Amino acid sequence: MAIELKMPALSPTMEEGTLSRWLVKEGDTVSAGDVLAEIETDKATMEFESIDEGTVGKILVPEGSEGVKVGTVIAVLAAEGEDASAIQAPEADASAVQQSPEKGGSVTEKDEKASAGASTAELMEAKPTPKKADPEIPAGTNMIKVTLREALRDGMAEEMRRDERVFVMGEEVAEYQGAYKVTQGLLEEFGPKRVIDTPITEYGFAGIGTGAAMGGLRPVIEFMTFNFAMQAIDHIVNSAAKTNYMSGGQMRCPVVFRGPNGAASRVGAQHSQNYGPWYASVPGLIVIAPYDAHDAKGLLKAAIRCEDPVVFLENELLYGRTYELAQLDDHVLPIGKARIVREGKDVTIVSYSIAVGLALEAAEQLAAEGIDAEVVDLRTLRPLDTETVLESLKKTNRLVVAEEGWPTCSIASEIIAVCMEQGFDHLDAPVMRVCNEDVPLPYAANLEKLALIDTPRIVSAVKKVCYKG
Amino acid sequence: MARASNPEISKKSAAAFAAPQGSDSENFSLRSLQDTLESDRRYQASQEELLHLYEQMLLIRRFEERAGQLYGLGLIGGFCHLYIGQEAVAVGLQSALEEGKDSVITGYRDHGHMLAYGIDPNVIMAELTGRQAGISKGKGGSMHMFSTEHAFYGGHGIVGAQVSLGGGLAFAHKYREDGGLCLAYFGDGASNQGQVYETFNMAALWQLPIIFVVENNQYAMGTSVKRSSAETEFYRRGTAFRIPGMKVNGMDLLEVRQAANVAIAHVRGGGGPVLMELETYRYRGHSMSDPAKYRTREEVQGVREKSDPIEGAKADLLKLGVNEDQLKEIDKRIRAIVSEAADFAEKSPEPEPTELYTDVLVESY
Ligand SMILES: Cc1ncc(C[n+]2csc(CCOP(=O)(O)OP(=O)(O)O)c2C)c(N)n1
Ligand SMILES: [Mg+2]
Repeated sequence: MAIELKMPALSPTMEEGTLSRWLVKEGDTVSAGDVLAEIETDKATMEFESIDEGTVGKILVPEGSEGVKVGTVIAVLAAEGEDASAIQAPEADASAVQQSPEKGGSVTEKDEKASAGASTAELMEAKPTPKKADPEIPAGTNMIKVTLREALRDGMAEEMRRDERVFVMGEEVAEYQGAYKVTQGLLEEFGPKRVIDTPITEYGFAGIGTGAAMGGLRPVIEFMTFNFAMQAIDHIVNSAAKTNYMSGGQMRCPVVFRGPNGAASRVGAQHSQNYGPWYASVPGLIVIAPYDAHDAKGLLKAAIRCEDPVVFLENELLYGRTYELAQLDDHVLPIGKARIVREGKDVTIVSYSIAVGLALEAAEQLAAEGIDAEVVDLRTLRPLDTETVLESLKKTNRLVVAEEGWPTCSIASEIIAVCMEQGFDHLDAPVMRVCNEDVPLPYAANLEKLALIDTPRIVSAVKKVCYKG
Repeated sequence: MARASNPEISKKSAAAFAAPQGSDSENFSLRSLQDTLESDRRYQASQEELLHLYEQMLLIRRFEERAGQLYGLGLIGGFCHLYIGQEAVAVGLQSALEEGKDSVITGYRDHGHMLAYGIDPNVIMAELTGRQAGISKGKGGSMHMFSTEHAFYGGHGIVGAQVSLGGGLAFAHKYREDGGLCLAYFGDGASNQGQVYETFNMAALWQLPIIFVVENNQYAMGTSVKRSSAETEFYRRGTAFRIPGMKVNGMDLLEVRQAANVAIAHVRGGGGPVLMELETYRYRGHSMSDPAKYRTREEVQGVREKSDPIEGAKADLLKLGVNEDQLKEIDKRIRAIVSEAADFAEKSPEPEPTELYTDVLVESY
């Protein structure tokens, strides 16, 4: 059987090259390791060695040929016992089509694209989507009032009682009781083995948390604020998010990174950012950003139990707010499910985290003006519950996204894209977004106020999409 | 001094960035500069000089006390970190610099370093209150203040960031051959950030003109040095990079000044970086909202009584023949300056709303 010699790829990015010189001629016998030709890429000139033994039959691409595609048959080698001179060139014109090893050059480019598209969609569908619904709260359940801070603490404490592998680590989480007092009392109950103060070394302890998760533990890594997680973002994105995929599903990384996110109060540009869109853009991460105590507790418990790495974004300004919470033994909520926090029929306001409060306020004001707004709290930013959003849009035909964060490349941008792609037929008006101004957050009180999203801005955007503004 | 960048570099300076050839491989001594300091610990200041430094420390103290009050009144918001107790560090070190030649960079506890550099208290206070007249037009706040005019490069809110930025400033001094050096301040807590050691290595490798200054005030928020650091002798932390260390009493103005002179002579002589640890103490909470349960009142009181830097300088002044009346006179003057700054900061208008969109980018596209 004759051996085809193909134009080799000499670098990861090489697609074609110049066959600058043949060092053998037809009829020469070669053995493995002999240099057959010199090939020039845009970066270097490289030698092309023979892997086989045999006699050079036909040289199909003469020296000096430029733009020879990788994979093109450039010569044919006769194996021992074959008559080199009898070998014919392969049928297909070698220089015309770039042959891919699997497809053998028989698929046209157009077909290839179409089939690839279809198969990706099929593959995605093949994965079963779990049934997601919040568990019913039994009638007569005792309701208590708790702050968001307490709900988060209780969520962690319950999971720590339940699972020995869970530990909490971060700056000032133990003896100081948390910079924002979210870990209050945990040291006392669980001791210094499981509630661990770190030095100010975010990159290091995010790596330690990620590694500990790989090693079989269930770390809850607190960032004093997510602004400081930028020191550690490499471990969140490169180490935690990609491990499962890169290991073909062998190595898991069930770590939770949590802490306050978004603008606080007059702490200036370096301490006031919403990282929701940043992390939500990363495949391999779960991103949760709850608004109230019910969701915060239920989703934090779910996050700690989750097999995937979770970025759990809290909000400092909400920590002290008091909410109603059902007193349940084990309150766990589904990740990846949005919640309709207010039903309405005229327009949908999609929101998450602190902006949900503003959206609810806006809905109240709009009701007084005869506009009945539905408010959807996304709760999880990745994976996004597009189903709930689109269902609501189908009902109201108008949508506004309210987000405490920059508008560019935001969750709002993503929701708008989803509405265009999948909800276009249901739209009676363009989708609008209400976000922060597109500037670093200023310190001055008046400028900060101007820069941040507020209720009046949501009200006016809603009126616009209802053509009542 | 706002300096335009100068693209010209000589061949000589390009070679200067190569690793030092066959450097004193056996002779590295961690304590080489410390020994020099210990042979003569305190700077001999003239009466006039010491009066000036004393005034600067007093200005910082009174300014910070007033800032604390304004915070309480709601005129200052967000995070506000006071320098009370640490005055001798900034004043002692910066008085040894050559203005217009050297550069300074620090973290968010930055009011004192600016005042020690002679920056107008009015514009600092107005920044704290977030007004148009503030040094950052009210857009930066307490943690983010800069003065390119004075080569004061901030004012940085992210713990540890200023260390590598300081390395870059030193790099620029060397590249431009301007003879300057950089003084990069950071805390005991910041000392544990990885980028600090990455910078140490490059600074030593390239012999950058920089003095790394650890202001060891014993705590990083509520974490004492012992609870965060395997090596609590911070001056030794450059050993692995062959950076000589100095351990200095940061509560004694004249010792700080003497140490500055030793370190500066070393750096200016082409000796490369120095790591200086100044033992100091902050009297107030980490920021304005610190319950301070991690230390006792007695501990704070003890330091105040035994080693207050201003009281120490006062005693030195009296020994030099200054009388109480002169000191009272200074106190009065400083109080007037601070009152005026507070008034100015309170009365200045807030920034124009249009300022929201200015300074995001330099150019228009
Ligand atoms: C990267 C980063 N992590 C955490 C913080 C929050 N933080 C601000 S100051 C501080 C303590 C720093 O202590 P130290 O370096 O000793 O300086 P000091 O405040 O004592 O001057 C912390 C943890 C931050 N600003 N940046
Ligand atoms: Mg400190």
